Amino acid sequence: MRLEDKLFLNRYRVDSESHLAIKDPDTCRGRCPDRPCIYVCPVGVYEWLEKEGRLAVGYEACVECGACRIICPFDNIAWRYPRGGYGVSYKYG
Amino acid sequence: MAEKFDGIVVGAGPAGIAAALRMAGAGMKVAVIERGEYPGSKNVMGGILYRQPTEELVPRFYEEAPLERPITESRLWLMGDGNVVSIGCRAAAFAEEPHNAYSVLRAKFDQWFASKAVEKGALVLCETVVRDCLTEGDRVVGIRTDRPQGELLADVVVLADGVNSLLARELDMREEIRPDRVAQAVKEVISLPPGKIEDRFNIERGEGVSIEAIGDATRGLVGTAWIYTNRDSISIGVGGLLEGVGHRRLRPNDLIEHFKGLPPVRRLIEGGKTEEYLAHLIPEGGYRSLPRLVGKGVMVVGDAAMLVNGLHREGSNMAMISGKFAGEAAVEAWKRGDFSRRSLEAYVDKLKDSFIIKDLKKYSRALPFFERNPHFFRLYPGLVGRAVAEFLTVDGVPKREKQARIFDILYERGRWNLYRDLYNAWRVLR
Repeated sequence: MRLEDKLFLNRYRVDSESHLAIKDPDTCRGRCPDRPCIYVCPVGVYEWLEKEGRLAVGYEACVECGACRIICPFDNIAWRYPRGGYGVSYKYG
Repeated sequence: MAEKFDGIVVGAGPAGIAAALRMAGAGMKVAVIERGEYPGSKNVMGGILYRQPTEELVPRFYEEAPLERPITESRLWLMGDGNVVSIGCRAAAFAEEPHNAYSVLRAKFDQWFASKAVEKGALVLCETVVRDCLTEGDRVVGIRTDRPQGELLADVVVLADGVNSLLARELDMREEIRPDRVAQAVKEVISLPPGKIEDRFNIERGEGVSIEAIGDATRGLVGTAWIYTNRDSISIGVGGLLEGVGHRRLRPNDLIEHFKGLPPVRRLIEGGKTEEYLAHLIPEGGYRSLPRLVGKGVMVVGDAAMLVNGLHREGSNMAMISGKFAGEAAVEAWKRGDFSRRSLEAYVDKLKDSFIIKDLKKYSRALPFFERNPHFFRLYPGLVGRAVAEFLTVDGVPKREKQARIFDILYERGRWNLYRDLYNAWRVLR
C-alpha cells in the first residue's frame, strides 16, 4: 500500500503555520549529502528539491514522532509540537 | 494572577494519568495538560497492556475498561531466507481471569484511563501544549502553555510528556536522544471481522494472540515486528533502531510493507482494510539513558524518563508504575509541605527498589551488544530456520551426516564465533 493512500486514512487538523522549520538551508545543501531526515520520516515530510537545492517540508502530514530532529546530524531542524489540538489525531492509537 | 495547583502533570498518557490518579486520589488539586484533542489522540504503542501493574492504579479495571482481547497465546517468529521458526506458548493461566495481558488501542484506552483521574477530581485540559516550565532559580514553579494567559503554577510538576520530552531536555535533566538509543516504530491498524481473526489465529472468541518476529521481519534491523489481535482488527508494526533506519535508508513505510508482504503475515491480514497508519519513537537506551529523574519541584516519568524494557516488550507498565511512584512521592511531599529535591527523591528510591530500575540495570549492556553484533538479527534467525528445515528434510542422508550439515549451517560465521556469540549473549542477558 502506498504511503500517500495511508495518509488519507489519518485524521489531521492542519494548522496554517508549520511547526517544523529548517534552521539553515545552506547546511542541508552544502554539508549534508545523506539527508537522513528524508529516510527516517514515516510519512515523507521531507523531500529534496534538486532544482531548487533545498528541502521541501510538508509539515501537514507530520505525525509528530520526532525522528527527524534526532537523526539530523547538524541539529538543523527546529522541531516543536503543533499548537494545541492541531496535528494528527489518532482514532485507534 | 496565574491559577495555582498542588500538582501539574504534563501529558495524559499512562504515566501522567497514573501520577494524577495518585495525587488527586489523596486530595491534591491536580491539572493534567494534554496537547491532543483528547487523551490518547497522540499516543501509540504496539498494543499490549499488562493487567497487574494496571490494577495497582485501578483495581478490576478489566470489568469496565475498553480492552480488545486478553492475550492467551504468545508466539515468537524467527524469520529469514524464506523460513519461519515459530515458538509459541498457550498457558492455561493466560486464558483465565484475571488475565495476564490485553491488547488495547491507546486512543480508546487512554480516554477511559484519564476519565478515572477526572473521577478522582483531576482537571484534564486538552488541546494545550506546554511550551516551557516556569522556574525560579533552579526550582520549577509551574508551566507556560500555548494558550493566552496560559501560565499555571504548581508546587510540583510531573513531566510525562513522552519520549521526546522537550521539557526535560530544556531543564537540562536529560541529554539529547541519540539515534542509536531510540527505535522508530510504524504501525497499522487493519480491520477484520472477529470470526476471521479467530479462524486465522486459531483462537476462540474472547482470546487473543501476540506475535513478535525478528530477522527478515525487520529486514535484519535490530528490532522486532509484531502482530496483535484486537477485537475486530489487527495491530501490526515494525520497530527498529533509528540509527539503522537512517543509515540503511530503510523507509519506515517500506519496512512495514515488507513485513506485511511476507507469506505467513500476508495470509493473516488478507482482505483486511487498513484503518490507520501510525508512527512513534520508543526509548531503548535503558539504564544508560536515564535522565536526572528529580529536580526541585519536578519529576520525570514514563517514556520521558526512558523507562522501557524493549527486550521484554515492557513500557506501558513501567510508565504506569513510575507515574504511580511519582504521584505517591508528590503526595508525601505535599503532606510535609516540602517539595525540595530531597523530598521528591522518594520517587527515585521507589523506582530503585522496584523491578523498573532493577530490570533496566540487568539489561543495560544488551542493546549496545546487539548493536555491535547486528548478525543476531540479520543472520542468526535465518540460520536457525535453515538448520531446522534441514533437520526436518527426509532425503536419505544418514542422521550423523545430517547432524554435521546442521552444524555446518550454524557455523556459518565460524564455530568459535558462534560459541563466543552465545557466551556473550548469555553474559549480557543473564
